[in-house]
Amino acid sequence: MDVLTLSRLQFAVTIGFHYIFPTLSIGLGLLLVIMEGIYLRTGKSLYHQMTRFWVKVFGLTFVLGVATGIVMEFEFGTNWATYSRYVGDVFGSALAAEGIFAFFLESGFLALLLFGWDKVSPRMHFLSTVCVALGAHFSAIWIVVANSWQQTPAGFHIVGEGITARAEVVDFWQVIFNPSFLDRISHVYIGCWQAGAFLVISISAYYLLKNRHIDFAKASLKIALGLAVVASVLQLVTGHSSAVGISKNQPVKLAAFEGHYEESAPADMYLFGWINEEKEEVSFGIRFPGMLSYILYGDSKRAVTGLRSVSPEDRPPVNITFQAYHFMVLIGFSLIFLSILGSFMFWRGKLVNNKLVLKILVASVLGPQIANQLGWMAAEVGRQPWIVYQLLRTSEGLSRVVHQEQVMVSLILFGVIYSLLFALFIFLLDRKIKHGPLEEEPTVTLHRAG
Amino acid sequence: MMLDLNTIWFVLVGILFTGYVVLDGFDLGIGALHLLTKTDEERRIMLNSIGPVWDGNEVWLVTGGGALFAAFPMVYATVLSGFYMAIMLLLISLIFRAVAIEFRSKEPMKWWRQMWDISFSIGSILSSFLIGIVLGNIIWGIPLDAEHEFVGTFSSLFHPYALLVGVMAVALFTMHGAIYGVLKTEGGINAKIRGWVNNTIIFFIICYVTTTMATLLYVPHMMEHIRNHPPLFGIALLNMLAIANIPREIHHAREFRAFLSSSASIVAFMALFGLGMFPDMVYSNPNPEFSLTLYTAASSQKTLSIILIFALIGMPLVIAYTVSIYWIFRGKVKLDLTSY
Repeated sequence: MDVLTLSRLQFAVTIGFHYIFPTLSIGLGLLLVIMEGIYLRTGKSLYHQMTRFWVKVFGLTFVLGVATGIVMEFEFGTNWATYSRYVGDVFGSALAAEGIFAFFLESGFLALLLFGWDKVSPRMHFLSTVCVALGAHFSAIWIVVANSWQQTPAGFHIVGEGITARAEVVDFWQVIFNPSFLDRISHVYIGCWQAGAFLVISISAYYLLKNRHIDFAKASLKIALGLAVVASVLQLVTGHSSAVGISKNQPVKLAAFEGHYEESAPADMYLFGWINEEKEEVSFGIRFPGMLSYILYGDSKRAVTGLRSVSPEDRPPVNITFQAYHFMVLIGFSLIFLSILGSFMFWRGKLVNNKLVLKILVASVLGPQIANQLGWMAAEVGRQPWIVYQLLRTSEGLSRVVHQEQVMVSLILFGVIYSLLFALFIFLLDRKIKHGPLEEEPTVTLHRAG
Repeated sequence: MMLDLNTIWFVLVGILFTGYVVLDGFDLGIGALHLLTKTDEERRIMLNSIGPVWDGNEVWLVTGGGALFAAFPMVYATVLSGFYMAIMLLLISLIFRAVAIEFRSKEPMKWWRQMWDISFSIGSILSSFLIGIVLGNIIWGIPLDAEHEFVGTFSSLFHPYALLVGVMAVALFTMHGAIYGVLKTEGGINAKIRGWVNNTIIFFIICYVTTTMATLLYVPHMMEHIRNHPPLFGIALLNMLAIANIPREIHHAREFRAFLSSSASIVAFMALFGLGMFPDMVYSNPNPEFSLTLYTAASSQKTLSIILIFALIGMPLVIAYTVSIYWIFRGKVKLDLTSY
C-alpha cells in the first residue's frame, strides 16, 4: 500500500475509533443535565443515584475521548502537512477555538462533576454538569465548522500559486456559517443524543431483563426513551435537510449516495442495491423510480445532476458511499420505529414484561454507533477525491517527508493499541453494568436552598 | 522591536506551551515517581493527587497545538511531519498515561493494578523524555530544505544535545512532581516523597548545569539576544535564583513556595527558549536561510487578529476555571468513594 492509502486508512481508524466516545459524552452529557436537574427539583434520592451511576459511565467514555482525541489534534500535521499548510489559515482557527472555548470548560468542570460531590453545593454541582455538557457541545461546533469548510469551502481566497498556494480567510462568518454547517451540526448533535439515549436505554433494558434495579432502570428508561423519540424523529428532518443541501453544494456526492449516473435526468431512490462501478449502473436493488427527484424538488420528473457530469477521476468511490449511506438511513428509520414502539409499550406498562422487545432494546445501543460511523463514511468518502472540495485533492494534501514504512508502523501501532483499548472499554463497561448503581440510603436527600 | 500580531502570537503560543509544561509537568513527574511507591494506598494517593487536574492540564497542550496550527501553520506542518515517529510515540505515551489513570482503580486484581501502574509511569517518563527531545532539536536546529521541509531522519533526532535536553526534561518534571507530591500528601507517603525531593533536585541540577554549559558552548545562536541586550540576562539570573531557592524552601518545609519556585524556573526556561529562538520558530541547521520565522510561518494578519479576539475572550475564562478548580481541590489528598 502507498503512503496515501496508509495515511487515509490511519485517519479513518483513528477518527472512527475516537468518534465512539465524544458522541457518548455529548449524548450522556445532555441526559445527565436532565437527570440531575430533576434531582435538584424533586430532591428524590433515586435521581441522585441515577446521576451518580451515569456519571461513572460518562467518566469512562470521557477519558477515552480525551486519550484518542489528542491524536486528532496533531495528525493533520504529521500525515497531512501539505494540507495543513494549505488550510491552516482557515482550518487551524477552528481547532484553536475548540481548545480555548470547549476543552477548557469541559475538562475544568469535569473535575467537579466526577470528584466534587462533597466539595461543592448541589447547585454548584449541577452547574458543573451543565458546563461539561455545554463544553462537549461546543467542541462539536468547532470541529464540524472545520469539517464542513472542507466539504463546502466559503469565505476565503487563494493566495500564491503551485506549491505555495494556500487559502486565507476573507470573511470569518462565511467560514463558520459555510453552506453545509448548520445542516451538519444539527445532524451530528442529534446523532450524538441518539448515541447517549440508546446507551442508557440498552443498559436499563438489560436490568429489566435481569430483574435488577427495577426502579432505577424504569426511571432511566423513561428519560432516555423520551430523548430517543425526539432525537430519532428530528434526525429525519436534519437528514432530509442535509440531503437537499448536498444536492445544491456537492451534487456529485449526492449522486454517489443513490448511484445516479446519468448526467442530467430524473433520479431514482433505492431501498438497497449494489453498484457496478465499471458498467456505471446499479446492478440490482429495490428501486423507487423518480423518488430522489421527488424528495429533493417535489417533482419526480425533474432532472438531478449525476456522476457523469464530472470526469471519472473527479468521482468518489461510488459503491462504498452508496452502501454507507443506505445502511445509515435504514438504521435511522429503525431507530424511529424502535424508540416509538418502546415508548408506547412503556407508557402502556407492557415493556417491562416483554422479553423480546427488551432484548432488542439491549442491542439497540449499536444502532446509533453504527449509523454515526456510516454517516461519516458517506460524508468523507463521498467527498473524495477532494480533501477540500474541488480545491485540493486528497493525494495533494499528504506530508511530503513521511515515508510508507513510518505510516505502516504507526498504523499497526494504532491498530493494536486501539483494539486493546476497545476490549478494555467493553470489559470495564460490562463490569460497571454488572456492578450496577450504588444503593442509596433513603435519608440522602437534598438540602434545598431557599 | 515592534509588538505586531506575529510577535503577540509568538508569545501567546509560548504561553500556552508554558502553561502545559508547568501544569502537566508535575503530573508527568508524579508518574515518573509512581513506581517508587509500594503499597496500593500510596499509589492511589499519587494518582488522586493529580486526579481532578491532569485532564485540564493536558488541554494546554491540545490548545497549544491548535493555536500553533492556526497562527503558524508552517511550523505545525514542518515540525509534526518532520518528527513523525517521535510525535507518534509521544501521542501513544500520552494515551497510555491517560487510560492508566482511569482504568487502574476499576479492578482490584493485583496484576491489573500493576499493569496500569507500569503504563502510567512509563507513559509519563517517555512523554517527558520525548517532549525534551523535540525541544532539544528545535533549540539545536533541524535540517530543512528550501521549501522548509525536514530533510533529516528519525535517528538523527537523537543526537547528544537532544538526548541531554530529553534527560533534563525528565529530571525537571520529576523534581517538579516530587515537590507537588509533598504539597498534596500527608503522613507516611509525605515523608517518603520528602525523602526523594533532594535527590530529584540534585539530579536536576546536574542536568541543568550540563545543559547550560552545552548550550553556551555549542548552540551560540540561542545566546545572541542576551549577548546584545545585557538586561535580558535578568531572565537567566531569575532562572538560576528560582532553582537555587527550591532546596532552601524545602529545607524550611515551605513546600508551596518551593513549588512556586520550581514553576518560576520552568517559566524562565521557556522564556529563555523563546528569547533564544526569536524571531525564528524552526531554526534550520545547517542552512539558516531556510529557517521558518514568525513572519514566514504565519497565517494572514486577518486570521491572527481573529484568533487574538478568541484569546482575549477565552484566556480570562480559562484562567478563571483553572484557578477555581485548583482552589476547590486545594489541600491534602483524601481518598473517598469517588477517588481513583
